[in-house]
Amino acid sequence: MNQELFNRLALRFGITEVHQQRDDQIFITADQADAVALITHLKHIEGFRHLSFFTAVDRIEEGKFDLKYMLHSYGLKLDLCVTIPVDREKAKADSIHHLWPAAVTYEQELFEMFGIDFPGSPRVGKNFILEGWEDLPPMRRDFDTRKYSEEVYYERPGRVTHEPREHMRKELYPSEAEKW
Amino acid sequence: MSTEVKKTDTGQLLSKAGNPLEAPAEHGARVPDLTRYLGTPVENPDPRTLPGGQGDLWAAGGENVPLYDENGRLLNKDLPEWDRGHFCDQKPEVAKPYRGIWEDFLNWARSQSLWILGFGTGCGAIELRPLMTSRFDMYQYGVQARPTPRQSGLFVIGGYASVKTMKRIVRSYEQMQGPKFVLGLGSCTINGGMYWDSYNTVNRLDHYIPVDVYIAGCMPRPEALLAGINQLKEQIREGKGEGANLYAENFDWYKANQKRIIKDWNMPDYNW
Repeated sequence: MNQELFNRLALRFGITEVHQQRDDQIFITADQADAVALITHLKHIEGFRHLSFFTAVDRIEEGKFDLKYMLHSYGLKLDLCVTIPVDREKAKADSIHHLWPAAVTYEQELFEMFGIDFPGSPRVGKNFILEGWEDLPPMRRDFDTRKYSEEVYYERPGRVTHEPREHMRKELYPSEAEKW
Repeated sequence: MSTEVKKTDTGQLLSKAGNPLEAPAEHGARVPDLTRYLGTPVENPDPRTLPGGQGDLWAAGGENVPLYDENGRLLNKDLPEWDRGHFCDQKPEVAKPYRGIWEDFLNWARSQSLWILGFGTGCGAIELRPLMTSRFDMYQYGVQARPTPRQSGLFVIGGYASVKTMKRIVRSYEQMQGPKFVLGLGSCTINGGMYWDSYNTVNRLDHYIPVDVYIAGCMPRPEALLAGINQLKEQIREGKGEGANLYAENFDWYKANQKRIIKDWNMPDYNW
């Protein structure tokens, strides 16, 4: 692990957690107030110039969204994922579209799919995939996609599903299934 | 939206003007016999027997969205006013068949020149490309790809149709010249396939545009697609390729279905 790098980061920013997933992949968690400053520092000073992806994870139990900024440094050959917890109610975060133009699309998508607002980002609120969507943002975990599908689209009767595990238990290995 | 629907004593649904509304008489596509390739063919029940299907439908969209003015012209309500004059306000009309042997000849000719619209929707579009290779050689069946809906007679829906794609499918389908045929490729067009519970994928394609032949499978091989095309040709020669007329006859029903899912309808009601 690049201990010096994290010492430098910890001096400047409120980093609450560091987790090494692989030799070349590290996850850090930081406060929302430091988010843009930390990412700007990582990009311009530490050399994490590449934004691999930018997405969110819905932690509904804790009432948080985790914003995940996956950065890559070509010099260190290191993936660094910056996790920023954001309050789930009235979710709002600072935009990073001035750092990477591609972030405009990520932020547009996050607004549509999770309802996370990025004030000042140029395309937030414009149609991306769901044109004219009126319901809860569909990637939130409290959105019931099956219920929505049953209400809106027309089911064709006669659908049969074979759950692989149940199918194997009944049809293929009935004698061995008891040991599972 | 209000859920008030006009009904007669027998439960027949009525439009605003008081005309009875019905699902298409021959609604639903005929399923080709692909047992040779795929096993049991897919069930294709009459949609009018679905629990709660049609009543909910009209309550949700059709009854509350006025389509026509007092002269029977399309209102194109969702277009801005300055733009309405640019588009057609005539609803599609049923094209009557010619008499006897002349119509048979025309049907034969139609079946021998199926031109596919080069519009790849969903992952099944990848199965269209091998058709033009020497191995499958679709040209021997009189099939070729065209770049524009105006020149095409056959629309292959290649798999799942998301709502965003559905809008483009409707628009392209309506721009095609009749007689036109639709081929539903893959399980997703039949009942949603693996996306059956997705928030964004329609389950039954034939509620939005008339489908002539379904091809089951995920994905069907190009051979299955050719079998479907040959099935379609038989149907056309028998005079059963009446999708465009079905669409014209039941225009209100299809429009209600389409407008129910396509929320930002910023195009004319009939794209011609």
